[in-house]
Amino acid sequence: MTLSDILALFFNPEIAAKTSGFLVDGLWMTLLLCLVVIPVGALGGLAVAVLAALNRRWLNVLLVIYVDVFRALPPLVLLVFVYNVPPFAGYRISEFEAVVIAFLLNTSSYYGEIFRAGIESIGRGQWEAARSTGLGWWQTMGWVVLPQAVRNVLPDLVSNTLEVAKLTSIASVIALHELMFAARSAQQLTFNYTPLMLATLIYFVLLWPVVHLLSRLEHRRIAAG
Amino acid sequence: MLAASGMTTESRPILDVRGLRKSFGSTEVLKGIDFRLAPRELAFIIGPSGSGKSTFLRCCNRLEEPSGGSIHVDGTDIMAPGVDINAVRRHIGMVFQSFNLYPHMTALGNVTLALRLAAHIPRAEAVDLGRTALARVGLADKERAYPGELSGGQQQRVAIARALALEPRIVLFDEPTSALDPELVGSVLQVMRDLREAGMTMLVVSHELQFARAAADRVVFMEGGVIVEEGPPAQIFGDPQHARTREFVARIDGHH
Repeated sequence: MTLSDILALFFNPEIAAKTSGFLVDGLWMTLLLCLVVIPVGALGGLAVAVLAALNRRWLNVLLVIYVDVFRALPPLVLLVFVYNVPPFAGYRISEFEAVVIAFLLNTSSYYGEIFRAGIESIGRGQWEAARSTGLGWWQTMGWVVLPQAVRNVLPDLVSNTLEVAKLTSIASVIALHELMFAARSAQQLTFNYTPLMLATLIYFVLLWPVVHLLSRLEHRRIAAG
Repeated sequence: MLAASGMTTESRPILDVRGLRKSFGSTEVLKGIDFRLAPRELAFIIGPSGSGKSTFLRCCNRLEEPSGGSIHVDGTDIMAPGVDINAVRRHIGMVFQSFNLYPHMTALGNVTLALRLAAHIPRAEAVDLGRTALARVGLADKERAYPGELSGGQQQRVAIARALALEPRIVLFDEPTSALDPELVGSVLQVMRDLREAGMTMLVVSHELQFARAAADRVVFMEGGVIVEEGPPAQIFGDPQHARTREFVARIDGHH
C-alpha cells in the first residue's frame, strides 16, 4: 500500500465533500442529543441526590436500588433493551425517545452519586445556621447547601458530562442518525474511511475544549487542597 | 441588676424551660432542667465539658429535639404539635462557635438571606435591614466581603448580625469566642456588651468567665445534665454554695 493509497482511503477530499452534508446532519443530531440528554440526566441525578438527603428510610432503599441497578447495567445493553422491549407491551417509541429514556436511567445514577457526594461534603454547621434563622429544609438545600455542593464537585460533574457526550455515539446501534451512525453509514456506502476520520475530528474539536476546562478545574482543586 | 430583679416581678419570661430532658440513645444528657430567663436578662451557662450545657442551648430552638419537658419562648410552646418551627426560630437568634457563615455569599448576603426567604421581606428593604445589622456590629464597610476575606472576629460579628437582623426575642450564644484567636475575642465581647446595653435577652454558653463576671446578670453552673447552682456572678464566683461549683470555679480561675 503506497502513501497515496492510504491518503485516498483515509483522507480523500472527494469523499469528504460528498459525505460532509450527511455528517453535518449527524452532527446536528448529536448536538441535539447532548442538549436533551445532559440536562435531563443531570436534573434526574439532582432529584435522586436531594431525595436521598431527605433521609426517609423507605425512599432511601428505593433510591439505592435504582442507582445500583442502573449503574450495574452497561449503557449499550440498557439502550437496546429500552428500544426493543416496550413494543412488546404495546408501546412504540422512537429511537430518540429510547435514547433519552436509557440515558436518563443510566446517567442520572452517576450524576446522582456525584451530587450526593457534594451534598454530603457540606457540614452540619451550614444546615444548623440556616435552619436556626427560620429557613425550611428545601430553602436550606436550595440556597445554602446546593450552591456549595455543586461548586465542590464541579470537576466531577464536568467529567461525567464529557462521558455522557461521548456515550451518545452508542445511539448509532439503534440507527438513530447521529454523528457516529452517519460516519459508519457513509463509510459503508463509499468503501472509504474518510467519513470516519472526519467524525473523529469533529468529536475531538467538539470535546477538546471541555477536556481543557476539566483539567483547569482539576488543577484549581489541587491548588485549593 | 435591674434585669435580674425583673425575674421576681410578674413579667413573663422570654424563655421558660420546665423539666427538660434529652437522651442520645441510652445516655441521658439533660436530666430535668428548669430555667427561666426574663426579658433583657443576660445569663451565662458554665460547666465542664459534657455537662450538657450546649445541648441545653440547642434544645431551646430545637436544633436538638428534646426528649421530654416543655419550652416556651415568649409565650409560645415551641414543642406543641403542629407548631411552625421555622416561624419560631426566626425569633430565636443563634450564634455558633464556628460562625457557620455561608462562604458563597457576601456578608450582606449572609445577613439578608433569612430576611428574604423566611421573613418574606422585599429585597430592597431586606438590604436596608441587613446594612443596619452590619452597622450594629461595626462592619458597615464589609458588606461586600466574603467570609473567607474576614478575620475570625469579623466573621463572628457577621454571624451575630445575621441573627440580629431578624429582630429576635432572644439570642443563644454557643461558645461564641472559643474558636477565636485571643486578640480577636475582645471585638466579639464588645458587640455582646452593646447588645446587653440595648436590652437584648441573651443566653450564653461560654468559658469567658471574666466577661461573665462583668456583664452577666446571672450565672448558671451545670454538671452531669442538671443545674447545680445559679445566681448572680458575685455569688457564683465569690461565694459558691455548692462544693462542685466551688471546685469548678477554682479550677477554671486557676487557668485565667
